[in-house]
Amino acid sequence: MKKKNLLIGIFVILPSIIAIAIFVYGFISWTARTSFSNWNSFSALLRGQYKFVGLRNYIRLFQDSRFQTDLWNTLFFTIFFLFGTISLGIIMAILVDKGLKGSRWFQNLFLFPMAISFVVTGTVWSWIFAPGNIPSNPQGLNLLLHKLGLDKLMWGWYTSTQTIGKFNVALIPVIIAAMWQLSGYTMAMYLAGLRGIPNDIIEAAKVDGASEWKIFWKVKMPLLTPITLSAFIILGHISLKIFDLVFAMTGSGPNFVTDVPAIYMFELTFRSNRYALGSAIAIIMLLFVAVVIIPYLVTNLRGEKR
Amino acid sequence: MKKFVILFLSILLSLSVFSQENILEVFSWWTGGGEAEGLQALFNLFHKYYPDIKIINAAVAGGAGTNAKAVLKTRMLGKNPPDSFQVHAGMELTDTYVIPGLMEPITWILKEIGAYDKFPKDLIDIVSYKGEIYSVPVNVHRANVVFYNKEIAKKIGMKKAPATWPEFLSYLDKAQKMGYVGISLGDKNKWTSLHLFESIMLSQLGPEKYNNLWKGKASFNDPDIRQALLIFKDVLKYVNSDHSALTWQDATRMLFEGKAFCNMMGDWAEGYLKTLNWKPGEDFGWFALPDTQNAFMLVSDTFGLPKNAPHRENAIKWIKLLASVEAQDTFNPIKGSIPARIDADKSKYDVYLKWSMDDFSTKAITPSIIHGSAAPEAFVTALMDAINIFVTKQNVEKTFKEILWIAEDNGYVTD
Repeated sequence: MKKKNLLIGIFVILPSIIAIAIFVYGFISWTARTSFSNWNSFSALLRGQYKFVGLRNYIRLFQDSRFQTDLWNTLFFTIFFLFGTISLGIIMAILVDKGLKGSRWFQNLFLFPMAISFVVTGTVWSWIFAPGNIPSNPQGLNLLLHKLGLDKLMWGWYTSTQTIGKFNVALIPVIIAAMWQLSGYTMAMYLAGLRGIPNDIIEAAKVDGASEWKIFWKVKMPLLTPITLSAFIILGHISLKIFDLVFAMTGSGPNFVTDVPAIYMFELTFRSNRYALGSAIAIIMLLFVAVVIIPYLVTNLRGEKR
Repeated sequence: MKKFVILFLSILLSLSVFSQENILEVFSWWTGGGEAEGLQALFNLFHKYYPDIKIINAAVAGGAGTNAKAVLKTRMLGKNPPDSFQVHAGMELTDTYVIPGLMEPITWILKEIGAYDKFPKDLIDIVSYKGEIYSVPVNVHRANVVFYNKEIAKKIGMKKAPATWPEFLSYLDKAQKMGYVGISLGDKNKWTSLHLFESIMLSQLGPEKYNNLWKGKASFNDPDIRQALLIFKDVLKYVNSDHSALTWQDATRMLFEGKAFCNMMGDWAEGYLKTLNWKPGEDFGWFALPDTQNAFMLVSDTFGLPKNAPHRENAIKWIKLLASVEAQDTFNPIKGSIPARIDADKSKYDVYLKWSMDDFSTKAITPSIIHGSAAPEAFVTALMDAINIFVTKQNVEKTFKEILWIAEDNGYVTD
């Protein structure tokens, strides 16, 4: 009986194992193989004569000023987006958890943006942050600032080419749009965590005379560590792979101020026919995501062993 | 398991039965307003002559065919070509599909139906490779046109179309001083700035030298290209500051809203202004970009015949139909473009398109870079990136050098 169950089990998951082997790992290795080739035109790909060129495509990319911009953008975007979204999520979760009047309503309100695709978010926020012709003919938020008499605060938003060091200020509106989309989701995760903390621990801390502030930092936050870790992983891999939001919102911007690796990869591969270079970017992105995901998998496996 | 095998086999069987049917699969990216209706009209015409051939419309949506091109490449690589597909005239077809040997020449088809000399010679040159024609042009758009708001033109005292750059720039200056945007630009999707620059380049090089660049008979290391960058820099002074937040439609719309004096765009902008209920010649006027009056910057959609097309006979019938005056006059008034044949019926077109048709049959035809006719895709995207950086940085020397590098990378003459 048991043996039969095992056989049925294997039979049921076999198709998905085969599919994953081919369509995930097979294609990843195919992409890696392409990234070490000289397939930088359609006819090269068509002829299919494989010429191994080592790290040439990678070296070329790291010397490419557009790709350098992409890497800096990814770094800053990830840092600000992660910390912004997580702290906003925590704050909203705490406020909703307090059970103030109407908090349920707010909870749904904040969660709703997650139901919208990044393309829609990007399009809508591109209208909100459209600068218009400053100063004569402002639009969007600039128009609001103008009406409030705050003309000095008007700026180019995502069309601005200003930088602070390596940071393109045009990323700020993009980060805000991404935060708007995902902070509600983070809130939901933290809210579930907060509600899962047993009340007697909090009560015990209160009896010991801990302030609310102290309870939050010393009791609740340590208990919420798994949630924070999950949030880092989920948001981290989204920000490293981000494409649709930026593509719809800014189209990578003047002088590529808001360009990201995924957009460059798409354009190299599907517009310029430079498949090897595009594959190299794809592999670099995969490595970035692996840096985030693998520690998580390792801790997960350890947890299971215990 | 047995059931699965039977199911799988029957699906395979039905697919093969399907492909033996009398059908014609036409691949395109015509899914938008005007173009989809135009394509349908062509299908209807085809049905009139061949009622028992079933047409499969394999159109893939997406701006300027970006998605469609990727799908098509996959199909061509997978040896699963459609019977006929849409492609821009010139290098987009030649470099990607003709040179690797994936296309069948169609010169004999055009000769057989007597249409060979019904297209302008310059256009035949663009769709040819080594003396053979590889695709039949169905429509023509002109790219080097400036559209302007007539009311604003009156206010700034423009009586006739500016023929030279100093004259044009002085009007832009006047418009800006009166609080209008001189020339609107919307380069959120990047291609529009190269669209503007290629015509400025044409104005400095002249049609002959411009065409020779692509034939390898003229060098890119030409002071006229640097001069074009200098003029482009001047023009950028009169551009709306939020250009990188706008699409080309947004920029064209600025004329309609009375915010901008003029906009340089292909003549699909004329179609767009008409959808806003503006009358050509009454509400808006047009002229060829200064110093390009003797040239027609061409964007043309064509259809070709891939090797091993599953229904080759039907595809040949389709191509013969597309080359006829009847098909061209059916499609183009709906799409808002002009026929590629010079003997088409003028009375079916509006006042702007008539003007364009006159120029098409008399002026020098030059292939557009950004719309895929002049150069391979790798060249086009690299140049597009360089020009986009130029719009922000406006560094003439650096961009000129970059253009030389891009030309060199793609095997063009640079000395």
